[in-house]
Amino acid sequence: MIFKDIFDKYIWEDVKKSIYSKTVKDVEEALSKNYRDLEDFKALISPAALPLLESMAKLSNKYTQERFGKVISMYEPVYLSNYCNNSCVYCGFNHKNNIDRKILSDEEILKEIKTIKSFGYDHILVVTGESNKSNIEYLKNAVKLIRPYFSQISIEVQPLDQQEYEQLINEGLYAVLLYQETFNKNNYKIYHPAGKKSDFNYRLETHDRLGKAGVNKMGLGVLLGLEDWRTDSFFVALHLQYLEKQYWKTKYSISFPRLRPAKGIINLANPVSDRELAQLICAYRIFNKEVELSISTRENQNFRDNILKLGITSISAGSKTNPGGYSISDKSLEQFEISDNRSPSEIADLIKLQGYEPVWKDWEKVFN
Amino acid sequence: MQNLKIGDKIFKSRLFTGSGKFSSYELMNESLLASGTELVTVALKRINLNDTDDEMLKHLQLPGLNIMPNTSGARTAKEAVFAAQLAREAMETNWIKLEIHPDPKYLMPDPIETLIASEELVKLGFIVLPYVHADPVLCKRLEDVGVAAVMPLGSPIGSNKGLKSHTFLEIIIEQSNIPVVIDAGIGSPSHAARAMEMGADAVLINTAIAVSSNPVQMALAFKMAVEAGRIAFESKLAKTENYAVASSPLTSFLEDEI
Repeated sequence: MIFKDIFDKYIWEDVKKSIYSKTVKDVEEALSKNYRDLEDFKALISPAALPLLESMAKLSNKYTQERFGKVISMYEPVYLSNYCNNSCVYCGFNHKNNIDRKILSDEEILKEIKTIKSFGYDHILVVTGESNKSNIEYLKNAVKLIRPYFSQISIEVQPLDQQEYEQLINEGLYAVLLYQETFNKNNYKIYHPAGKKSDFNYRLETHDRLGKAGVNKMGLGVLLGLEDWRTDSFFVALHLQYLEKQYWKTKYSISFPRLRPAKGIINLANPVSDRELAQLICAYRIFNKEVELSISTRENQNFRDNILKLGITSISAGSKTNPGGYSISDKSLEQFEISDNRSPSEIADLIKLQGYEPVWKDWEKVFN
Repeated sequence: MQNLKIGDKIFKSRLFTGSGKFSSYELMNESLLASGTELVTVALKRINLNDTDDEMLKHLQLPGLNIMPNTSGARTAKEAVFAAQLAREAMETNWIKLEIHPDPKYLMPDPIETLIASEELVKLGFIVLPYVHADPVLCKRLEDVGVAAVMPLGSPIGSNKGLKSHTFLEIIIEQSNIPVVIDAGIGSPSHAARAMEMGADAVLINTAIAVSSNPVQMALAFKMAVEAGRIAFESKLAKTENYAVASSPLTSFLEDEI
């Protein structure tokens, strides 16, 4: 069985209609229950829930503290390469964009990660574009180089085969993040017209391959702002529910990439407001008490400061989204613009101010 | 109140604690002090074993406080045994709380891996305290392989639901020859008091203290509840002895016949 078997039973327009027809009564019912199902989730992400946002926030705050405590996990992305064969219309790394391309050598990788290590991090997120240059051998080598320095190594790269994931896990890989971008299958090709990424089904099946490979944790998400965020988020919730049952030994996390300015980007057809993003974060938490919710430096200071209490469990800080950005050069192009430029120690101070303890280390290599 | 002996240690306090989820290490330190606890568990995955100045460990240096590493994060017996050996070397203690939960959603302990790991760790000279579901047979099997105590759960970790498994906890307490420490799910001092009244030898509390709005006060409340429950249990014992020699008001009318 793979997720597609379930996914194909749903029609985008029907789901969308169902969400928008939810009423305040549906939302109140969802909030009063102990266990919420997907219909409840629809209510929580519907427009009808907006007036009840404060109640949702209080509940989300309570659940998150019970499950995770008053702690926030710290992680840092490191971009190893911006070479890419895909032509995603919203991305700075788009193959068609005429930009400075760079892929880090072994020496450069070590320089970057040592800098990140000096900030205090023990959880690193390796990011690359999709290219033959940053293929499975390159990635295996990178994980091997990084392993002695970081207990938790996650990657956010192109979808790989099950066997390739198994090889990476053997080298010490902890988690894989992969966003479907949008579950609107009909429109998917508009945003991803060329390259391997244009294969919707292969991408959709990735989390199943990951589950079968036995990865510790997988990350889900959609690119908010591409299509109707509510409908897309429903499918994330559906996907999560399926995966948790199918691959019960795996941990799950959800990220919230929100469309941001980048070189050559398309106009935002479905912008997501701060309020709506806050609503979504709370909705996920109320629906699922155990899923990790992660926020990046794509979001601005004010939003990040205040979202800590609303269900978020992990955060990055002082991030650079261009290869070599920490220690080598700032000339290569960023994947997206950073909105929060505060350093890791500034963010750690902020976290403490909000009444939380920043957690830098949360894994031990011996468990791999 | 009687002291509690586990392995090679004697405890005056029957309130064990966890170190996770606190909003700051300083607050954790103050709360543990208020609780009077003499045993705190620490997740190995949280500690920088190479760092002699680890923040968490620094804030656990309290007089009379024993630190017990746990293997939270391990999904198999093999991983747990490796972790225990790592912890023994780095933290210089052969006490280990065995936590093997391959299910990261509900953190339910794996009974099979836990039994395998317990047997091996006991052979390697560890003082093993395994965290398990409230399964009476499993607890006897663990006792047979030589663990120092069993730690059956009250309800899922962090759920604060109390002693949902009380029916089985009672059986475990009745049948056990080794200390029984009820761990996980205790959400309020009244749960803790009830656990002690039932005859548990100790309880382990983490979430209920760490995420309360006043952890120091809550720690104190738990301290009092555990003492109250234990005193009640011990005095009930005394009363039972007396009852055996008390008069029999219901059947005294028969004495003349004899």
